[in-house]
Amino acid sequence: MNSLELRGISAAYDRIDVLFNIDLVVPEGNVIALLGPNGAGKSTLLRVAAGLHGPASGDVLVAGRRVNGVPPEELARRGMCLIPEGRGIFPNLTVRENLRMMTFTGTKLSDVEERSFTRFPRLKERIGQTAGTLSGGEQQMLAMARGLATDPALLLLDELSMGLAPIIVEELYEIVAQVASEGVSILVVEQFASTVLGVADYAAILVQGRIVRAGQPHELAEDLSKAYLGA
Amino acid sequence: MDKFLTFTIVGLTLAAIYAIIASGLVLTYTTTGIFNFAHGAAGMLAAFTYWQFRFVWGWPTPLALVVVLLVFGPLFGVLLETVIMRGLEGTTDTVKLVVSISLLLFMIALAQLIWAPGISRPLPGFLAGNKPINLGATTITWHQAITIGVAIAVAIGLRLVLTRARIGIAMRAAVDDRSLTTLNGAKPNRVSMLAWAMGTSLAALGGILIAPGPGLEAASLSLLIVSAYAAAVFGRLRSLPLTFLGAIVIGLVEGYLAGYLPQNQYLTGMRIASPAIILFIVLLVLPNPRLRGRMTRSREYFPTPTLAGAIGFAITVVIGAVMLATTLSDPDLITYGRVFPIGIVALSLVPLVGFAGQISLCQLSFAGIGAIVMAHLGAGGDPIALVWAVLIAAAVGAVVALPALRLSGIYLALGTAAFAVILDRWLFNLPALSVFGLFDINLFAGGSVSVDAIELFGRRFDDPGTQMIISAVTFALVALLVIWIRRGRLGRRLLAMKDSEAACATLGLNLIWTKLSVFALSAGIAGLGGALYATQLTSIQPGNFELVQSLQLFAITVVGGIGAVGGALFAALSLYAFLPLLTTLWPSSVRWVGLLPGGAGIGLGRNPNGAVHDVREGFLPLLAARAVLAAMCVAVAGAYVLRLTNVIDNWAFVVLLIVFPVLATIAAGLSKPRAVEAAAGNDEENRDIPLEWRGIDRPWTKADLEQLDRYLGLNEMEFHDVR
Repeated sequence: MNSLELRGISAAYDRIDVLFNIDLVVPEGNVIALLGPNGAGKSTLLRVAAGLHGPASGDVLVAGRRVNGVPPEELARRGMCLIPEGRGIFPNLTVRENLRMMTFTGTKLSDVEERSFTRFPRLKERIGQTAGTLSGGEQQMLAMARGLATDPALLLLDELSMGLAPIIVEELYEIVAQVASEGVSILVVEQFASTVLGVADYAAILVQGRIVRAGQPHELAEDLSKAYLGA
Repeated sequence: MDKFLTFTIVGLTLAAIYAIIASGLVLTYTTTGIFNFAHGAAGMLAAFTYWQFRFVWGWPTPLALVVVLLVFGPLFGVLLETVIMRGLEGTTDTVKLVVSISLLLFMIALAQLIWAPGISRPLPGFLAGNKPINLGATTITWHQAITIGVAIAVAIGLRLVLTRARIGIAMRAAVDDRSLTTLNGAKPNRVSMLAWAMGTSLAALGGILIAPGPGLEAASLSLLIVSAYAAAVFGRLRSLPLTFLGAIVIGLVEGYLAGYLPQNQYLTGMRIASPAIILFIVLLVLPNPRLRGRMTRSREYFPTPTLAGAIGFAITVVIGAVMLATTLSDPDLITYGRVFPIGIVALSLVPLVGFAGQISLCQLSFAGIGAIVMAHLGAGGDPIALVWAVLIAAAVGAVVALPALRLSGIYLALGTAAFAVILDRWLFNLPALSVFGLFDINLFAGGSVSVDAIELFGRRFDDPGTQMIISAVTFALVALLVIWIRRGRLGRRLLAMKDSEAACATLGLNLIWTKLSVFALSAGIAGLGGALYATQLTSIQPGNFELVQSLQLFAITVVGGIGAVGGALFAALSLYAFLPLLTTLWPSSVRWVGLLPGGAGIGLGRNPNGAVHDVREGFLPLLAARAVLAAMCVAVAGAYVLRLTNVIDNWAFVVLLIVFPVLATIAAGLSKPRAVEAAAGNDEENRDIPLEWRGIDRPWTKADLEQLDRYLGLNEMEFHDVR
């Protein structure tokens, strides 16, 4: 069974086409890495998968069922969890209130808190603090906490590493590997590849809206620079 | 001491009401990003409805309250959210503002339709029959006590809902990042519906509590809420605790002004205007919002007017005015003569709002200043007074702009509205005032002043026909000026500023001078319009230049298309020609005709480019088909001759004036293929494709490159030869 299947997805903003006939599958329990330069359409692909952006054509299947047109909040309730790029948190809410927001998918608050705090004890210390005043790494931890706490079947991660120190990125990807080992299917998007290739089972390179190369992570490592330089 | 306590209680009661209303406003603004100008009007409608239930139909008080506050209020809020506000996502501040202002106008008109104005409708406060509670040094009425108690309950209740209830937290979360709330699994539509239901109910509660004081009068009750807006601005439209604090400050200031301001004919108006003055001051001292790049791509698009089009427009306006002046009777000319002066005031909005994106809701106040100057300096018909009207209005405009320079969007709109209220309620009503015995300031002389017709070269232009032609010619000239600005350097600066102030600042554009000059220019144009308006009215009073009229003109100009001079003409024609015409044709329509401007504005969300844009698109084939166009002109001229020689009457003439252009457009549409062939093929092709879509909708050509170079002022030789 595939957790997520994208079939012939094309997408556009107004009249500017961004994605061209993309096919991508995330088998259950696998980590798929989607790499590519700025503006390749990676985030758009995730937005299409999460129901935030309607595809111009093609089908989105979650656990084998077509979900085109299903609103994002409904997909979230069915176990899909997208951590958007930037900081996926509410900066004017406190940490506790941010965690409270994670209960809309049906997880109890006590469970959310327990799971988040075991993984990120720092968040417990900051519980009453306004999330916007956390450090960048702490903010990303809080955003990641949703991926852990709501017990999703499918996790979509958009540029976890953006603007963070390499050591924190390493830490976050250790957690991604851990989550993957618990059987969660993950589709992770990154611009900077080395860290993510370490955790991925399979990887694809997206350039200008098309998948130009796909394969085992070690096979792709050498093609990456070519893709980025556009050669 | 007793007096102090008494007025403290008065102030706190006002504060309580303002706090209730303002918190509802903040709730809807933060969760949906729409500043609801009609918030006060919702409270007004609720007060009327409550009065109807309680005192006309004799329902018991609790039942009437429950139905209004817990059924009507929330339902109305949900209706507003789902039908109107939800469609406004991705539109500019201007469009959002116009929709909510139109809603305000619509609701006032609706209230006046249901409850005819001019009838006394006493609304006693709660438990008005009971003896006031004795507090030792002073007493407090039951209504006051209940009001303060309710406000405290609202404060506590809101705090609980927003920090303890999950849906309340989701409301605040939606303020931060709406799409992230959906990723969390929250239903954003449900969140906004709840916010609007609660917000509207709070407005209703405030309306019912405040109405016993000023009495049930639709317009003043709706605008009274400016005080509550000031409280909301105190909280920067976000923070509820600061909003409550602001409400207390404003309420107490108003209370103490009522108690301690010396009884003086110059200062009574100041007390009434005090909320607006406080709002103005709060806006002044508000921390300066940082420059930010534009987040959303707007749906508006206004093409650059062509020179030929501009001249054609001006000539058409003048010819139209001459036809009207020679065919209409004097009383009709007086009615329809207002079109062009008001049109000039509407034109003043085009560079300011349409090009520069600076919202002003006080253009008729500037017009009022021009009118006053005309009345006093133009005594005896001196035409130089027109120049003074422009200069003085422009100077006042610059002074108003100074604080406005640091404001933008909704804050600027509120600041200009506050300015208009200060003039309406205080300055315009001042009696004659002598300044240190040196000179007299005698605005409207505490009532009305007469205005002399302009006299030029020994001729007095006092018949309505000539006055109309003068106004129309002035309108045409100002329209050409506006188009000239749009096509020139200043116009490009203004548009750039509208698109991104941050980008302009980094390019070295002096934002302060640019804003100041466009404000002064716009106020000067409005002053000119006001001066001409005054000569046509022959006697002016403050009521001719009120905020509500500014709001109406602003809203309808945006409906017409604020980025083009045609939008201004559209606004003036709709408000001062079409509406009077409608009531002449169907006298019974006079009751509901007031609903139309508001209704038109509410519909704007669907087409942010304005109606004129569509009209223009419709007429494009006609302009391309020269033969048909010429035939139409001849036909119209023929009809005009028939009318002048009294072969046909006015009605037949009007019908022909409508029929000929429609027929011509149809004919042009039929002959279109040939017309297109005749025109240079490439230009025709480009007309439909804006520059930014070339290369996407069709391949990029060398001609495009040259055109781009021309726009950017690049020297082709030195630039492209490098490659």
